[in-house]
Amino acid sequence: MAKKTFIVLCFVPLAVLVAAFFVLPMARLVVTGASGELGAKAYAAILLDPRYRATLINTILLAAATTAATLVIATVSGLFLQRHRFPGHALLVAILTFPLAFPGVVVGFMIILFAGRQGLVGDVTLRLFGDRQVFAYSIQGLFLGYLYFSIPRVLLTVMAAVEKLDPSLEEAARALGASPWRVFIDVILPAMAPAFIASGAIAFATAMGAFGTAFTLATDIDVLPMLIYTEFTLSANIAVAAALSVGLGLVTWAILALARSYGGTTVAAAG
Amino acid sequence: MSGPVDSHGIALRVENCAKTFADGTRVLETITLDVARSETVVLLGPSGCGKTTLLRIIAGLETPDAGGRVSFDDTDVTRVPIERRNVGIVFQSYALFPNMNVAENIGYGLKIRGVKDAERKARIAELVALTGIEGLEHRRIDQLSGGQRQRVALARAIAVRPSVLLLDEPLTALDAALRERLRSELNRLLRTLGITTIYVTHDQSEAMALGDRIVVMRKGAIAQIGTPRDIYFTPASRFVAEFVGAANIVEARCKDGSLELAGGRLLVGDGAANGNVSGKVLAMIRPETIKIVTADGAALSGQVDSISFVGDRQRASISGAAAKPIMADVPNSVTFKVGDRVGLAIDPSAVRLLPGDAS
Repeated sequence: MAKKTFIVLCFVPLAVLVAAFFVLPMARLVVTGASGELGAKAYAAILLDPRYRATLINTILLAAATTAATLVIATVSGLFLQRHRFPGHALLVAILTFPLAFPGVVVGFMIILFAGRQGLVGDVTLRLFGDRQVFAYSIQGLFLGYLYFSIPRVLLTVMAAVEKLDPSLEEAARALGASPWRVFIDVILPAMAPAFIASGAIAFATAMGAFGTAFTLATDIDVLPMLIYTEFTLSANIAVAAALSVGLGLVTWAILALARSYGGTTVAAAG
Repeated sequence: MSGPVDSHGIALRVENCAKTFADGTRVLETITLDVARSETVVLLGPSGCGKTTLLRIIAGLETPDAGGRVSFDDTDVTRVPIERRNVGIVFQSYALFPNMNVAENIGYGLKIRGVKDAERKARIAELVALTGIEGLEHRRIDQLSGGQRQRVALARAIAVRPSVLLLDEPLTALDAALRERLRSELNRLLRTLGITTIYVTHDQSEAMALGDRIVVMRKGAIAQIGTPRDIYFTPASRFVAEFVGAANIVEARCKDGSLELAGGRLLVGDGAANGNVSGKVLAMIRPETIKIVTADGAALSGQVDSISFVGDRQRASISGAAAKPIMADVPNSVTFKVGDRVGLAIDPSAVRLLPGDAS
């Protein structure tokens, strides 16, 4: 008996830690979400209030578009980079994975340098068409920024998956008469599905919650993290900010859980 | 038309094919090889001898260096990519598609060729029966044993009625007992199909059992081509003699049609040796051609070093007869013990003189 009690007691520090750092803050957030003028209806407001709903949909669409574009770009370049060696190969891989080193603020800054009011795109279009194109401070700029920092995460996973592909699978398919395109559809894509799901889920979750880039570009971009920030700091609407936070967390968690159920245990938490 | 294979494949010709990899490694010397229609040719050799490279050149997975030519019947296919060569391949790893079940794997080549559903199903059923995997059609690949995977891979390769069947170490991944059973099954199947087949292996017993002819390869070149009996009884070099089966190689002076050995004399019956060969020669004697007799009066004798019981026979190692110990395979009925002096009776026709030391 005494031994059993001792073992149970050993779990106490763990339980305290889990409660203090995970359960309590989350419970507190949920309670705070229901503490405003609207009460528990604040949660319904995420879906019912036109502005909140539009922002939620916007954010999901942006994250989905980022994920899709990232997967396409990273798959094509990952396949190419893993299968071909050429002078400057290592340098190119290094450059492509470089964004991992930057915080969102720096990525936002780079987008401004690229497509902002004094940006490269603006200068070029002014010379060519006499019209300065500026899209850094909008959702397009944000998309570009998210793409920039999502590509390395997905690219590295794809390259690792390509390396693990059994070349004789492709050779067997070709021997049976499959064209390169059929080989890609029937053999390569299915073999890489787990890698797509795992890295796609991370790209999606990151794009859902990223804040630094959006904040650097503009304060009026309609994405959820910005909305939470403005509700919290500008409107002091702490209850709605908390409710939106819970909503954001739930959507992201659901996507990761879904990916984990399809993709096995390789799906890590969002960075 | 409804047989397992329509034609019996093609006559294959590999002409002046060499292969040098991009980094300058020469894996295949210039090779010419003819394979008759419906013949089974085994490429045999140690790893790194170029046998798989030659198979891949025939398949169209590698292109030979400039000047090389591969033809199927009289058609030059050197520049034809593998997907249009109509070859059937079985890889050592089997390379079954994990995202398809057994039936889908077997039917994949037919699906690519646009064969209609009903016809495809009939063909799949035919191959399932032929390879003895009934009841597994809807299994996933990871639910199959090694032997079952091997059969699925074979069925998939035959399904498209290939011009030539290419097998790259198809039994190597299996355990010994299963390998033996599948080997005889494969032999029966290849005879039934009668399709032109190239079989790559490093296992000489597999090569003997399956090949109409064996191509022994070494360091990217052909060491000998011949029927299994040719290769075994009249090896062209020391390498072939030692690689195929067990062999005693003795180096000795030859005088008046017999070898002068440490333990006596050994008559040589080899036609080439009679009278006109003298000086240092290299001779091969298979262990099972040596009889143990009493030492008294024997032309060649030595001392028993060790005896190992193999089951159906015993292998003795006898020192003092030649420079190196001689292996002799002796029936279990012969009784002798370590340390005995014994005589060795060797039929002159079993002594094969080898050309100058090629190794």
